Amino acid sequence: MTGPLHRFDQPGTYIGRSVERADASRLVEGEGTYVDDLQLPRMTHAAFVRSQHAHAKIKHIDVDAARAHTGVVAVFTGADINPLVKPYVGILTHLQGLRSPPQLPMADQVVRCQGEPVVMIVAQSRAIAEDACELVQIEYEPLKALVSAEQALDKDAPTIHPELDNNTAWVREIDVGDASAAFSRADVTVVERTFLFGRHTGVTVEPRSVVVEYNRSDNTMVFHYSGQAPHMMQAILAKHLDFAEENVRVVTRDVGGSFGIKIHTYGDEIATAVAAKLLRRPVKFIADRLESFTSDIHARDHRIQGRIGVDSDGRIVALEIDDLTGIGPYSMYPRTSAIECNQILNLTGAPYQIDHYRARGTVVFQNKNMMCQYRAVGHPVAMAVCDSLLEEVAGEIDMDVVDIRRRNLIADDAYPVTSATGMKFADLSHQQSLERLVELMNYDQLRADQSDRRKKGCYRGIGLVSMVEVTNPSPMFYGVGGAPISAQDGATVRLDAAGALHVSCSITESGQGTHTILAQIAADVFGVDIARVKVSTGDTAHVPYGGGTWASRGAGIGGESVLLAADALKAQVLEVASSILQTTPDTLDIENGVVVNADGDDKISLDELGKIVYYRGNELPAGVNAELIATRHYRVTDYPFVFTNGAMAAHVEVDIETGFIKVLDFWVVEDCGRVINPKLVDEQIRGGVVQGIGGALYEECLYDEEGQYLNATMADYLVPMAGEMPDIHIAHIETPTCTSTLGAKGAGEAGTGGAPAAILNAVNDALRPLNASIFQMPMTPERVLNALKA
Amino acid sequence: MIADDTQTCQPLAGGQSLMPMLNLRVAQPEVLVDLNRIAALSFIEIQNDVVHIGAMVRYTALMHSPLIDKHVPLLAMALPYIAHQAVRNRGTIGGSVALADPAAEMPAVLKALAATIVVVSAHGQREIPAEAFFLGIYETALDEGELVHSIKIPLATSGHRFGFYELARRHGDYAMAGVAVSAQSINPCTELSIVFFGVADQPLRAVDAQAVLEGCAISDNAALTAAQQSLPAELMLGDTGVSADTRLQLARVALKRALLSMAD
Repeated sequence: MTGPLHRFDQPGTYIGRSVERADASRLVEGEGTYVDDLQLPRMTHAAFVRSQHAHAKIKHIDVDAARAHTGVVAVFTGADINPLVKPYVGILTHLQGLRSPPQLPMADQVVRCQGEPVVMIVAQSRAIAEDACELVQIEYEPLKALVSAEQALDKDAPTIHPELDNNTAWVREIDVGDASAAFSRADVTVVERTFLFGRHTGVTVEPRSVVVEYNRSDNTMVFHYSGQAPHMMQAILAKHLDFAEENVRVVTRDVGGSFGIKIHTYGDEIATAVAAKLLRRPVKFIADRLESFTSDIHARDHRIQGRIGVDSDGRIVALEIDDLTGIGPYSMYPRTSAIECNQILNLTGAPYQIDHYRARGTVVFQNKNMMCQYRAVGHPVAMAVCDSLLEEVAGEIDMDVVDIRRRNLIADDAYPVTSATGMKFADLSHQQSLERLVELMNYDQLRADQSDRRKKGCYRGIGLVSMVEVTNPSPMFYGVGGAPISAQDGATVRLDAAGALHVSCSITESGQGTHTILAQIAADVFGVDIARVKVSTGDTAHVPYGGGTWASRGAGIGGESVLLAADALKAQVLEVASSILQTTPDTLDIENGVVVNADGDDKISLDELGKIVYYRGNELPAGVNAELIATRHYRVTDYPFVFTNGAMAAHVEVDIETGFIKVLDFWVVEDCGRVINPKLVDEQIRGGVVQGIGGALYEECLYDEEGQYLNATMADYLVPMAGEMPDIHIAHIETPTCTSTLGAKGAGEAGTGGAPAAILNAVNDALRPLNASIFQMPMTPERVLNALKA
Repeated sequence: MIADDTQTCQPLAGGQSLMPMLNLRVAQPEVLVDLNRIAALSFIEIQNDVVHIGAMVRYTALMHSPLIDKHVPLLAMALPYIAHQAVRNRGTIGGSVALADPAAEMPAVLKALAATIVVVSAHGQREIPAEAFFLGIYETALDEGELVHSIKIPLATSGHRFGFYELARRHGDYAMAGVAVSAQSINPCTELSIVFFGVADQPLRAVDAQAVLEGCAISDNAALTAAQQSLPAELMLGDTGVSADTRLQLARVALKRALLSMAD
């Protein structure tokens, strides 16, 4: 970079340093406070009898024996809970045509997927509640289960919801340029493939958990939850349980992973809130692992027909995709289950210059668990489809996969750019990232090694991806569509009488280091030692209003709000100091907790200044009314989203006798703008890559033809484990976003978004000499063996 | 208590399988009998021509035992494949034997080594050959009221060769297919004992493969191929991750790799 040194590039700043997480030892030593750690007086425990059937009529429910069981406090069915809840509908008005019937927390006459809550038992302990669950008798009349999206779409299929004429929830079409004409040009080579992406889920270490308190005397509710968006939950609970919003307090303490699983409206959690109100006792609900697998939202599950055409120079002339996805019986509230398909349509081909683009997305209801936003929504699918097609067509015209990218990536000096789908891109570095990647992975040497090994019957493959990630969303993501989801975040920064800073912010901490980066920003901007900054988040009673942590928005939006608030507080403090010191604020600065003059001489410590303001106000000149607290809010205004970009590569070895895939190495070059804490960013990327490898090789929610979930344990649903993971090498390009002072873009999802594409490409590269290929994830040994037989 | 047939009773050894089953409410005994403080069930000793191992000996203890290393090398080869360190710290050899999970390593290894299971009850003690002990999924020759007391394994002699190979998606998972092999000699193969795990409803002795390879050099390709082809396709089980056909393919590869490892 050229030009003067930016304020964050000065030596000694906290921004850009791998500051250790202040809360790491507390968590590692087991001193965290998760929802299940809460023990309240008179607290009760909930367990649910869930539907065994994917689709059935409830003929009769007998809860007498359960109710009579010792230790049971109450037994509720949908008939008890649902009338107290205003139905919720998972639509967004800007997703035109999206429809979904009203939902209620518990099943009402018909169950539409396995795992739907039918009976709620509240007891003195979870064990007693589970014992009582076994005493509940439910008589079902099974109905035809529409398990696959194809089945649900069949014109003769029964409708899952009688009020709808068919099972289609949403259709979107994009047609830019003239794809048909481009594909049919004589000089164009066309490749077409069908991709299958399995369902998977987030598998948080701490499951979904709530403890709900209700106070009848003032009609207030406290909702303790393990989640990412406290203010959104506050608005939802108030609206659907008929509270004034200010009478609902949502509290989030330590969160053991969320990954997008914990930003939705789950029937069991809403029912728990209703039960607390009915019983006037705190009710705790902690999902067990079986409940997590069958009721936490699932993601992916797309079948995509993709087509790419390139000219003889390897330039992409047209791209076309047709996506079919099943979302379960409803669109999830309030973010909807159409966003993943929408993202896929928006983002496929995004890194490349493409003039002719045609896409169709079909979102259908089915009798499986609901689908919604999970880490890197749509990205792994969009990136895998485009970059797999690109590498396939490169093979077809005998062009190197790096070379074909060089010919098609949007140039680094071209921004701002609007894509075929209307996405506005700025400050990206695809070309620079690719070149850095090639160097980092030692591409040419890897290719030479690959060809040597092939001669010995060892099949190694190299796969790349160039990718974008949606981060820092503006109100155009959800708010515009009517959802009670804030796109802005707020921060309050306050100086106490001892000269310490207190930051409270509306973004949340889920273990990724939110508190640490906010402390870095505040300490840096304001001028105190980071040890003197205390950060609090996650309580609607005490933090400014804001969206929370999702869509890789925490650092970029919450971080900017802290920057603005710390700047404002600094101005205030200097104003006060100048009146005490009989000078003007512009001659002063704050360094390491001390107000200094232009020569850097210590003039007054913040500790002393705080004591004057708070204890000895009589020493202040008349008319000086020091606040020592500032609040600022920030939202992205110039762009709908702040995109990041990256380039990744995988090196794999395929055991062609067993179908086993070993990931040997993985490289990431990521441009997330200004890096606030390199270590935390790197670990976000590594964790993301591992989750991406999970989706590519291991994780899948399997159902049988009746809609029965088959692998709902940690022994059967395979998450990636450290022993199988490769070294993940990371390099950064830093192109700060022009939308904020901080310049930080998001970094939370890139790894997950890009890794599956790189792995898929690497596996197909390994299989190429055997004339075999695979386009289905996860790439299990059996699927690889079948591909080799085909 | 174990002898009392008026209540369902479940002995609790290391708990690495039973506790998850209790959590999942798959097992719901009325009484749990905790064996963990019975010191008399935790011994590893040589008695004449066998190594005698108490039922409550934990995997980690076996891994650290020089006696096991020296005299039961096949067991030592298999131990690192059992789950993860935390599980091995608690899990016991007797628990694995009594559970008889056909995907577990121990039953196959003990069968391959012609071990003997010593069981006790209120009526006394009896010895059951491993060959006749494992009857099906979670099914053994244990009678009501009987408890696994110990395991006797013949000492390996010099020249005795062993092979072990397993295919699991992730280290520590139950195998998609695995095999334990013992041979008195390998060039030519004599007294070959080949037992698969994770492929059928019980540890599966590959009788035909043993016969095909007996008397052949272990690196004899034709014999190896014939042995692979002789594996009983009809006994292979499929599950959510693997079809029976794939299972057969993986078993054949495991056999080849185990035998080749013995030739090195």
